Amino acid sequence: MNIPTNLKYTKDHEWFRLEGDCAYVGITDFAQSELGEIVFVEIETVGETLNAGETFGTVEAVKTVSDLFLPVSGEVLEANPLLEDQPGLVNSDPYGEGWMVKIRVKNMAETETLLTAEAYRSLIA
Amino acid sequence: MKTTPFTDIHIALGAKMHEFAGYNMPIEYTTGIIDEHLTVVNGVGVFDVSHMGEFWVKGANALQFLQKICSNNIAALPIGKAQYNFFPNGKGGIVDDLIVYHYEPEKYLLVVNAANIEKDWEWINSQNSEGAELENSSDNMAQLAIQGPKAAEQLQTLTDIPLSEIPYYSFTVGSIAGVDNVIISNTGYTGAGGYELYFYPQFGQQLWNKLFEAGEPFGLKPIGLGARDTLRLEMGFLLYGNEIDETTSPIEAGLGWITKPAEGKNLIDGDLFTHQRTEGVAKKLVGFELIDRGIPRTGYELTDGKGKTIGRVTSGTLSPTRKIGIGLGYVETPYAKIGTEIAVAIRNKELKAIVVKPPFRK
Repeated sequence: MNIPTNLKYTKDHEWFRLEGDCAYVGITDFAQSELGEIVFVEIETVGETLNAGETFGTVEAVKTVSDLFLPVSGEVLEANPLLEDQPGLVNSDPYGEGWMVKIRVKNMAETETLLTAEAYRSLIA
Repeated sequence: MKTTPFTDIHIALGAKMHEFAGYNMPIEYTTGIIDEHLTVVNGVGVFDVSHMGEFWVKGANALQFLQKICSNNIAALPIGKAQYNFFPNGKGGIVDDLIVYHYEPEKYLLVVNAANIEKDWEWINSQNSEGAELENSSDNMAQLAIQGPKAAEQLQTLTDIPLSEIPYYSFTVGSIAGVDNVIISNTGYTGAGGYELYFYPQFGQQLWNKLFEAGEPFGLKPIGLGARDTLRLEMGFLLYGNEIDETTSPIEAGLGWITKPAEGKNLIDGDLFTHQRTEGVAKKLVGFELIDRGIPRTGYELTDGKGKTIGRVTSGTLSPTRKIGIGLGYVETPYAKIGTEIAVAIRNKELKAIVVKPPFRK
């Protein structure tokens, strides 16, 4: 299972990559593998400011629909435009082209609560 | 958890396993549900459906008993043929849906849903005032479904029985892949054509291995329960627990065509069904396609597109062949007409949909 060490994680299987005061968010390799083929990603919260743990979108596999939770509080700046026509990127490249949203982090202190790669690995073990 | 003769094989093949009706079953293999679905639509795939239940009903009173507990006209079922049925529950609902095979004179095989085996067994025993001889063979019969347009050609390489002479919803008993006493039935739950094989569990692995040796040139793949569900849904086939259950009327569910209370049968709830058919019902099961982008799911509300709830989704998915959202659901009868524009309430939006007549797969 691919769990890059430069990322932070949540118990809900999102990953979080900080870049300055912004961050990219997606779902983990484990999550995409559990869900199976992703056929639809819906994110309609661009422009909204959400609290940590709030739903920023949904991801649908053939058989299931799952909510996507924001790892930390912030403003949703952008949704990955590629996913509208190529939701399968979440399967093929979950940490790269399969990213889901870019956010502006509201409170940097919250990022300290996220899981390290090691902690996430033991969570899914 | 219960296993089938193929459980170890599924695990070795890397299938995602999940509990279903008490059995450890493959949901999907490594290529995923969409690939498996398209394999069955265009080629051939094999499903382990050994979890299904099998009951024998025998003796001089078997027919009279079945005419009471089964919805369809069993008297019209010749030896060698199969027939779709449901068990009415005495309260206007459905105990289960099933296939009845007329195996020999005074001997019938009932194939029921895995999740209902115990309930059905108790039910038929409780109704057996006719004194038919009942036998639960669920643990002593395994089943594989070989489905798809290439199924007949592939299976023919493993048997001398001329498969093309077995019409739809008919069966024969014989030898296939060196295994004797196999029920070879031209039936299935996919709409893609093919056969269902019933056999003794100890021959399961032999049959599986021979199938896959012979299947290589045909691109045979194992198919999980995930694609089994999307395949049946594209055909508009009902699933017990979703479209039908102890509280749903068969007339509302569109099962009038297998409800034959008038043909000299003492059918449980027969008068009620006749009344419902004559008087009409307040809601009906329909198929619908999404016009807007989205995927309907079980339990989502159906609306008139203007905020008024008119029903509920019983099954929904993204159609793997058409790449649109499709579903089945109950709507108030005025909205059940083919072509009616309705909507599916998905996350506070009303997504446009249209009532259609399944199959969704053209």
